[in-house]
Amino acid sequence: MAWRRGRTAPAGPEQGGADADDTPGSGSRRIAGGDRPAAAGAPADPAAPAAFLDVRDLRVHFPTDDGLVRSVDGLSFRLDRGRTLGIVGESGSGKSVTSLGILGLHKGGAARISGQIWLDGQELVAATPDAVRRLRGQKMSMIFQDPLSALHPYYTVGKQIMEAYRVHNDVSKAVARKHAIDMLGRVGIPRPASRVDDYPHQFSGGMRQRVMIAMAMSCDPQLLIADEPTTALDVTVQAQILDLIRDLQADFNSAVIVITHDLGVVAELADDILVMYAGRGVEYGTTRDVFRRPEHPYTWGLLGSMPRLDRDRQERLLPIPGSPPSLINVPSGCAFHPRCAFCERTGGLAVQQVPPVLESTPGHSVACHLPPEERRQIWADQIQPRL
Amino acid sequence: MLLLVVVSIATFAIFFLVPRAAGQTSDQIALRYVGRGATPESIQATKERLHLDEPLTTQYGRFIGGIVAGSDFSYGPETVHCPAPCFGYSFRNNQPVTSLLVDRLPVTLSLAAGASVIWLVTGVAIGVLSALRRGSAFDRGAMTVALAGVSLPIYFTGLISLALFAYTWKLWPNGVNYVSFTSNPLDWAYNLVLPWTTLAFLYAALYARLTRAGMLETMNEDYIRTARAKGLPERTVVVKHAMRASLTPILTIFGLDLGLLLGGAVLTESTFSLPGLGQLVVDAVFGNDLPIVLGVVMLAGFFVVLANLLVDVLYAAIDPRVRS
Repeated sequence: MAWRRGRTAPAGPEQGGADADDTPGSGSRRIAGGDRPAAAGAPADPAAPAAFLDVRDLRVHFPTDDGLVRSVDGLSFRLDRGRTLGIVGESGSGKSVTSLGILGLHKGGAARISGQIWLDGQELVAATPDAVRRLRGQKMSMIFQDPLSALHPYYTVGKQIMEAYRVHNDVSKAVARKHAIDMLGRVGIPRPASRVDDYPHQFSGGMRQRVMIAMAMSCDPQLLIADEPTTALDVTVQAQILDLIRDLQADFNSAVIVITHDLGVVAELADDILVMYAGRGVEYGTTRDVFRRPEHPYTWGLLGSMPRLDRDRQERLLPIPGSPPSLINVPSGCAFHPRCAFCERTGGLAVQQVPPVLESTPGHSVACHLPPEERRQIWADQIQPRL
Repeated sequence: MLLLVVVSIATFAIFFLVPRAAGQTSDQIALRYVGRGATPESIQATKERLHLDEPLTTQYGRFIGGIVAGSDFSYGPETVHCPAPCFGYSFRNNQPVTSLLVDRLPVTLSLAAGASVIWLVTGVAIGVLSALRRGSAFDRGAMTVALAGVSLPIYFTGLISLALFAYTWKLWPNGVNYVSFTSNPLDWAYNLVLPWTTLAFLYAALYARLTRAGMLETMNEDYIRTARAKGLPERTVVVKHAMRASLTPILTIFGLDLGLLLGGAVLTESTFSLPGLGQLVVDAVFGNDLPIVLGVVMLAGFFVVLANLLVDVLYAAIDPRVRS
């Protein structure tokens, strides 16, 4: 088993099975008909994990004419409610595919997905598409990178939010509309009662992202995935959106996954960080651990390529040499070895074997063939002074 | 409105200026109207009657004046009055062009209306299904048929269908004969089935390809992913979100096609001997009946302009981004 959190998350009321639905207001929001498996209630499945979200050995492969694209290749992590996980990595490291995989949104029949995704005691990979569809937007929802293209240009924002609400809640249009206005107000849109009838193009970029968030949160989802939520926005607006996500998370007590290549965003929002490389997790730990005591050479590279204001401008950034690997011909052994400056120290092991994910200190796991002591030594002697 | 004026000038110029530019004298033009046994005197008389020696601007003014206020044509000893929207007088048919147009328009209208409903429904339906089942046997089959549809000319498919359905299988034992809608709606529809399907086949093929391409593009849009992320059933995603977006351009083209067709479906009408505007203009061209050609072209231009206008208005209604 892969990522093990050192300290067990506080076993608060959000933990475990039956209690999960007892948060105020959620009782009335269950889908009528009850064709959801009983998993949401008592622990019906003995294999069901304790964590709210538990991804185990997830693999998402896309067969193409050029070969099999291994977008996600054996990824495991856990997330509890009330916590925020930041997934970072370069383009093509499998961040977005992971999130789409959790929601069951990867392109139709093209993808081959295996492994397990447990959400609140229910397994999603083997579940029918319709069962996953019913959870989407209700129990788990997602906000996307570019809010302009992610909103339908022909419908008012009110209609789009109402639609998201009504598909999971049997309410009248009037009630849904009131809820939509309510949500718009909650995400900080001024004069929500009149703006509810505006179209997406009538909003500014930041306001559009607020609309997206209002839509995603309209059914009180317990899991919110934000895929590069601030990348398409003005720098001045980015902080506001991050604040909003954090505030809403506190209000709804939801689990949040933030996917980004911007380490600043992660530092701002996340409790835990998962660093991905070539479809695999390479380092996992609390934000504090990963930023203060990173142990994977790739994480060092990420930190080195981040521009910092508190440093002299004459100093050059330290980019990671080489380019991200092809996901069709993933390098043997440790996928990072062709770009790793410390590859030789493993004595060829990194070229031959995929490094196992091992706990280095409690709650901090790393997939690297270098011995933990040596990694810490390199970080302290060679890397940290240059950052 | 301005466009209509341009259309009228253009058509007028083509029919009056071009012969002159090609070196024809007004004598030669007049000769066409006189017929056999022309004498210098009769030619002169015809020229005066048709005002062929006047400057072109005056002639154009007369033409427009006829459309607005009607005009009189002297016909031998008699004088015929041609009432308000007067597009000229056909001396060959002994009728004002307007009444000929009014006679023939319902035929073309019936043909275009029926065919357009058929092609819009089938074309869009096939296009959407093809896009959703991209690469399936249905998709490949439909697109092969569509390729045939856009490639085969109407006079080929029309004659084949006449040969098969009307003469071999005797579904239309008497061939296709136009019956007006007001006299017998059932007979009207029965007689128009073959022309409708023949015309619709071509357009449906075109629309199926357009719709398929549009749907494939739309299904990859981010807002479709958003719609799915909301947990909407796939049916809602396709109908409410994808089709709404991809049918807008289809509607534009539909308006223009329909406008164009109302000016006369020349090939279809000729193939099935339907007495519509297309047939009228073909006969007029062969018979050198200039006023009729002029009238039909003006009417066709009017429909195209009208269709354009409607499409613009419709577009604003459909796409909120155009409104503001």
